Parts: sequence; structure tokens; C-alpha cells
Amino acid sequence: MNAFILTVRALWWRELVKFVRDRARLFGALAQPLAFWILLGLGFHRSIHLTGPVAPDSYLAYLLPGIIVLTILFTAIFSTMALIEERRSGLLQALLVAPVARTALVLGYGLGGTTLALLEAILLLGLLPLVNGARLTAIGLIQVFSVSLLAGLAFALLGFVVAWRSTSTRGYHAVMNVVLLPLWALSGAVFPIEGAAPVLQLIMRLNPVTYMVSALRQGLFGTSIAGAVGSPEGCLFITGLFTLALLLWAVHTVRNPLSGNAF
Amino acid sequence: MSEPVVVLSSVTFRYGTHVALQDLSFEIPAGSCFGLLGPNGSGKTTLIRLLATLLPPTHGQLRVCGFDPVREADTVRRCLGVVFQHPALDIDLTVEENLRLHGAFYGMRGPELTQRIEELLERLGLSNQKHTPVKRLSVGQQRRVDLTRGLLHRPKLLLLDEPTTGLDPLARHAFWQLLNPLRQTVTLIIATHLLEEAEQCDTVALLDAGRLVALGAPDALTRALGQEVLWLKSSTPEALVQVLHMQFGLEAHAVGHSVRVAAPNAHALLPHLYDALGDQLQSATIRRPTLEDVFLAYTGHHLQAAPELPLSESP
Repeated sequence: MNAFILTVRALWWRELVKFVRDRARLFGALAQPLAFWILLGLGFHRSIHLTGPVAPDSYLAYLLPGIIVLTILFTAIFSTMALIEERRSGLLQALLVAPVARTALVLGYGLGGTTLALLEAILLLGLLPLVNGARLTAIGLIQVFSVSLLAGLAFALLGFVVAWRSTSTRGYHAVMNVVLLPLWALSGAVFPIEGAAPVLQLIMRLNPVTYMVSALRQGLFGTSIAGAVGSPEGCLFITGLFTLALLLWAVHTVRNPLSGNAF
Repeated sequence: MSEPVVVLSSVTFRYGTHVALQDLSFEIPAGSCFGLLGPNGSGKTTLIRLLATLLPPTHGQLRVCGFDPVREADTVRRCLGVVFQHPALDIDLTVEENLRLHGAFYGMRGPELTQRIEELLERLGLSNQKHTPVKRLSVGQQRRVDLTRGLLHRPKLLLLDEPTTGLDPLARHAFWQLLNPLRQTVTLIIATHLLEEAEQCDTVALLDAGRLVALGAPDALTRALGQEVLWLKSSTPEALVQVLHMQFGLEAHAVGHSVRVAAPNAHALLPHLYDALGDQLQSATIRRPTLEDVFLAYTGHHLQAAPELPLSESP
């Protein structure tokens, strides 16, 4: 094995070791999405009447896939945020003076965050028995797994790119709050696209997160569920394109020197 | 000595319009300890970053281990280890986990890596801390682990950028006790603003505002100033310089409230000075010149922003 693979593996493994040791982080990443799920799900319990060929029997069920995507998003993004701290500590500088391609950094950090996001998504699938209407099939589960993987990688890479370009965690949080929450809120996670105003529908169709939520929901509840924006394969394809675009962006970004002078 | 491990020819580096390094040309021989001494902002860290392949020179030629750090970065990177101002350690991981992580960056694994880690921890007195999380180590111990990290892949050249930042004098001394025996196997380049660190090097380059001010063995540089220097402290230093020049034909320079006098026979001279100028003198010191004096002689200002003035020590 060469330095490239060893580096990717070592960075990935480090992320897992740290995550397992830090219980607070594990629960922290789950707590906020769970709170959203319970508050929104029970809050709109009788207010929202979903239409569509097959509506899930409760808003809680409709919301669950969106909550899983939200968890993936948070977990993946915050794992690569560590990059900012590491720049200050010198760890990143040490990586940059090692004879290893910078793409190994992208993949090591990216796959670490992806794995954590995937683990959390699997944990959240444990909530599925609490709602009715799930139609689990082997193909559906493969879709859920694939879209979680792609979404996790995409957001881990997005976090990586922003962390590479920003110099403080404050700036990083600002960017993430301005970009991420709206992306999620307008993804069909909270309300189905068919009931939204036309202008919003257009925005939702342009939002890559919409396709992640849709693919995940169809994987769990079948293709005739409310809020579908395309076939599951189509949604997966678009998610894949989005992930690929971010991968290219990340690989391109690490060619530039780190923004700002850490020292 | 064998062929130089670093060669700089007319190296200039600019951050935008700010000139960080100006036209540096010198060689660093292999198997030596080379000090880069200068105040903060003199370009030491920039030069280390250039040598470490992190920045390309704006102008000029640079060779590290015989290669071009820009075009042959990976070859250069294999040959050098870098110890940064901040330890490059993950504080949540244990000492061994950190070293395994960094070993991977150099393609090291398995028994080879295990053996190397054992050997280095033993040599640097860290064997008992192998399984301790880095955050539970003292700052001095963390520095030692970071030094271990820098040496892991057997570099020919080790760059150290202010490696004792944040250490108390005792821990700093302990760190140097570890560095000194390394000279036999690896070339050390150390950026520092501390006199006592630079004086331990074989050769030292004095940098000021990105320029090379002086270069040579610490002994040779200080000896060039004479056997001793005379420092006078006065409330009217400028006037004193004038008087020394007019009355005694002495060359003197005011630095803050102090006046440095170039006098080969300071001992014999001092009583005469007290007789003639007693009311102008607050104190006088005669001592062997240090690198601080060399720096002062070349630049006209002190090495450190808050200088330990030689005159405040003795009357």
C-alpha cells in the first residue's frame, strides 16, 4: 500500500476513533434533528393534511426522511469543520509537507465524515417502527443506503471546501447557517413540493437536497409517496452528480494554499 | 563538510506588496545545526515555509536536499521533517496513535513503523507515555512528541520553527538536550528569536526585515566585535555619543537609553570615562559580546521588542 491509501485510511480511521470516544458529539448530532422531528411532527400533527396518490398516515412519517437528511447534513459538515482547528494546531501543515497528494486529504476527511453521517442515518432508521406506512424492500434499502452515502460525502466535502477557505470557526458557522438551513427547509423535507407556491416549487427543483430527501423517502415509503420529485433512480442520479461536482470542487480547492496565514 | 543541504540564490518572497524576504543568498552545509535568528517579522517563518515547500519563492533559486522545492516537491518532502510553532498533534489521540497517523502520511506501516516508534520514544524518553492521550501531557512533553513526529520518517533535514515557543526555560533546556545529539544524523535548521538558542548552533544567519544581516559561526561573529563591549547607560544618550566622539575619538551608538562603545581596551578606558563624564553616566557594563551585540551593531536596533538591556543587570 502506498502513502496515498495509507493516508486516506489513517485519516478516516482517526475520525471514527475520535467520534466513538466523544459521546457528547454522537448524541449532540442526533439531538437537534430528533427535537425537530418531535416538535414539527407532533406540532403539525393535525394541521397538515398531506395529499397525493398515497399519503403517509401521519406527518411524523412524512417528516422522518427529511430528518435523516438533516442529520446527515449536520454530521458530515461538522466533521470536516475540525479542519479549521487543525490548521491552528499545525496538524494540517504537517500533512501539507508530507509527500502525499492533497487529494488524499480530501478523501480522508471526506470519507470520515461520510461514515459518521451514515452511522447516524442508520441509527435514525431505528425510528421507522414508530410510524406507519413504511414499505421496506431490498431495492428501497439499497436506495436509502446509496443516497445517504452520497449525501454524506457531498456535505462532508462542502464542509471541507468551506473550512479550507475560511480562517475562523465563526465565519464557518455563518456560512453554514446562511446556506444549509434554507437548503434543507426548501428541500421538501418539511412540506411536499406539490402543495407549495409555484415560485417555491421552482426553487425546490433547483435545490440538490430536494432530490436526496425524495430518494430517501421513496426508498422507505414507496414511489407513490407524497413529495416525490422524480423517480428514485433519477433522484439518486442527480444526487450523484451533485456529489461529483463537490468532489471536483474539493480537489480543485486543495491545490490552492490555505487561505490566510495560520501562523 | 559534504555538499550543502540548502542553497539559496537571490531568494525573494513577497506577500502582495510586502517584502518578507529580500535577495537571500547563502548555503547551509549538511550535518550542521543552522540557526535563523531575528526578531518577530524578520522573515524566519517565511523562510522555513519556503524550505518546507509550502510557499514558492517570488524570485530566485532555492535547492533543498539538491532538489527544487516547487517542481520536485515530493522528493524534497521525503527528505525533510518539519516541527512547527504549534505541535502538529491531535490532542484527542494517544501518543502512539498520533505517530501512527503521521507514519501513514509517509507510507510507513506494520512492523517497520512500530519498531521506529518504539525506538524514538525510547530515545526521547517517552516510552511510558505511549498510550497517554496527548491532551494529558505537559506542554514540554507535547513538544517532545512533536519532535518524535518530525523524525519518524528519518529525514535528512529537520526544520524547526520556534520549537520552544511557550516553554519555560527549564523545559526549553530539556528540549535542547534532546536536539543536540540529533546533529550527528540530521541537519537542523532552527528559526528562533532567542539568543541562547542561536548561540548553540554551528552557524547562524541574522535576519532583519527580510534581509540577511550577518552569517557565520556565533563565536566568529561575536569575536569580530572585539574581546569585549562597553555599554553605558545615560539619560542623554545622544549627547553622550557626541561627547565620546569629540573628546575621546570613540565610535559609539545610541540604542534607546544605552550607548554601545566600540573599545578594544574598555577596562583601561572606563576610569577615564567616569572621571570626565561621571555625571552623565548612570551605569556601565563591560562584557563579552553576544549575538545581540552583533545584531545591534549591524542593524542599530535590538533583537527583541522588549530587550533585556545589558545595562540593567549590573551597575
